[in-house]
Amino acid sequence: MISIDRLEVEAGEFRLKGISFEVPTGEHGVLMGKTGSGKTTILEAVCGLKKVTGGKIVLMGRNVTGLRAGERGIGFVPQDGTLFSTMTVRDHLAFGPRLRRWGKKEVNERVEELATELGIGELLKRKPFGLSGGERQRVALGRALATRPEVLCLDEPLSALDEGTHEEMVSLIKGLVKDHGMTALHITHSRREAEMMGDVVFLLEGGSVGVEGE
Amino acid sequence: MSDGVIKVRSDVPFLGALAAISLMYLLLIVGMLGADLWYSVTSMTRAEFFGILKDPDIQASIRLTVISCTLSAILSVVVAVPIGYLLSRYRFFGKTLVDAVLDIPIVLPPLVIGLSLLILFNKVSLFGVTLEEASGWLMSPFFPKGSDPGVTYRVPAVILAQFTVACAFAVRTMRNTFDQISPRSEQVALSLGCNRSQAFWYVVVPESWRGITTAGTLAWTRAMGEFGPILVFAGAIRGRTEVLSTTVFLEISIGNLEGAVAVSLLMVTIAIVVLIGVRIWDKGHQARI
Repeated sequence: MISIDRLEVEAGEFRLKGISFEVPTGEHGVLMGKTGSGKTTILEAVCGLKKVTGGKIVLMGRNVTGLRAGERGIGFVPQDGTLFSTMTVRDHLAFGPRLRRWGKKEVNERVEELATELGIGELLKRKPFGLSGGERQRVALGRALATRPEVLCLDEPLSALDEGTHEEMVSLIKGLVKDHGMTALHITHSRREAEMMGDVVFLLEGGSVGVEGE
Repeated sequence: MSDGVIKVRSDVPFLGALAAISLMYLLLIVGMLGADLWYSVTSMTRAEFFGILKDPDIQASIRLTVISCTLSAILSVVVAVPIGYLLSRYRFFGKTLVDAVLDIPIVLPPLVIGLSLLILFNKVSLFGVTLEEASGWLMSPFFPKGSDPGVTYRVPAVILAQFTVACAFAVRTMRNTFDQISPRSEQVALSLGCNRSQAFWYVVVPESWRGITTAGTLAWTRAMGEFGPILVFAGAIRGRTEVLSTTVFLEISIGNLEGAVAVSLLMVTIAIVVLIGVRIWDKGHQARI
């Protein structure tokens, strides 16, 4: 479960206070809100990338509020993929496992497994330059999933994709979250995307979060 | 014709003005270099030209220039990378002041930098010991007995004078480089399990490689052109602290304009070779990326 309890975050002049919501284990939670409403700030706080000034973040029963980003067991997929321009696709998929000092064989097996699952086997030797939007997001997903996180955080992962690729990625991400038994927190400003993907949809409005439809 | 439709005036005057201003400045640069070349061709034979450059003092000056500029450039990059990163990524108390202080070597008159270094090393003392004396003691284990190690009027002064100015340019370059790299990459690396140092070495440094090369090249060429601080802090001692910029000065001061021009042309050639060489290397490096 992703549990956010009375979260307080400050980012310069911007301040969010008393944010609470829960995404049940194994479900795909979508947090909707207008541009500038603070939804990315909340996601960054969950990922450990934004300092929290109050409240509690509990992921899969573990209080991670004071933990560093890498210690939270989260897979993070940013808006435009944010791939590392000097690394190959293979390096991207192997980045997390190598940091955790997995054996070479284990890393290679995981890379092949992810490449097959995400349909990017042909791209392993390529660098991000020249990859299409959909391919970039697949690589970003693979990089985030490589260490088998229990929680997946997605920051508007489909906003830069054309319609055809968008549909493709929606079913890919939904399938991955279900198949791997992950709990997802997904940020979007698109109601259509929220309806297509969310098991539970939250709306961030006027500095507070409510469950859509309630 | 409706009131909303207007006849748009020609772009020719605007584009013409851009081209004319650019051309004037380009002509000034090319004219300067051309004048040097023309003077050397008309005032001396090829044998005389190369004879000047083969002079043992000038050969020593070339060697010291290459060594000191390379060391200054390496030192500049080593210092500029962390400072540039700090300024680009972190907010801290007094940042504006720090930013302004880092520009001082760029805006200060070169002679003032030399004089300030001279005073810092020789006139300011802590517990009765000047920086010059302290550096002499620190260096003494690495020098043979009987030698007189130190900084002022010696090779370290040349390197320090070059570094003081060159590093400021390298810092500017590195800050711009890091500003252009999205902090998102580091955040992704942090989420994957990196600490800040790992994110810096694994993600930021490879992505900023082009900026590091530019900073190093800029520092190298800047160091080669440095004259004022070297003259005051290291002196222009033939065969000891003479670098190519001071050679030009020494040759002019003894009335040898031909010698000064020959050395100037050599400096121009070295600068062009370094700039083009680094660009070619960088292109090859980018192609491999």
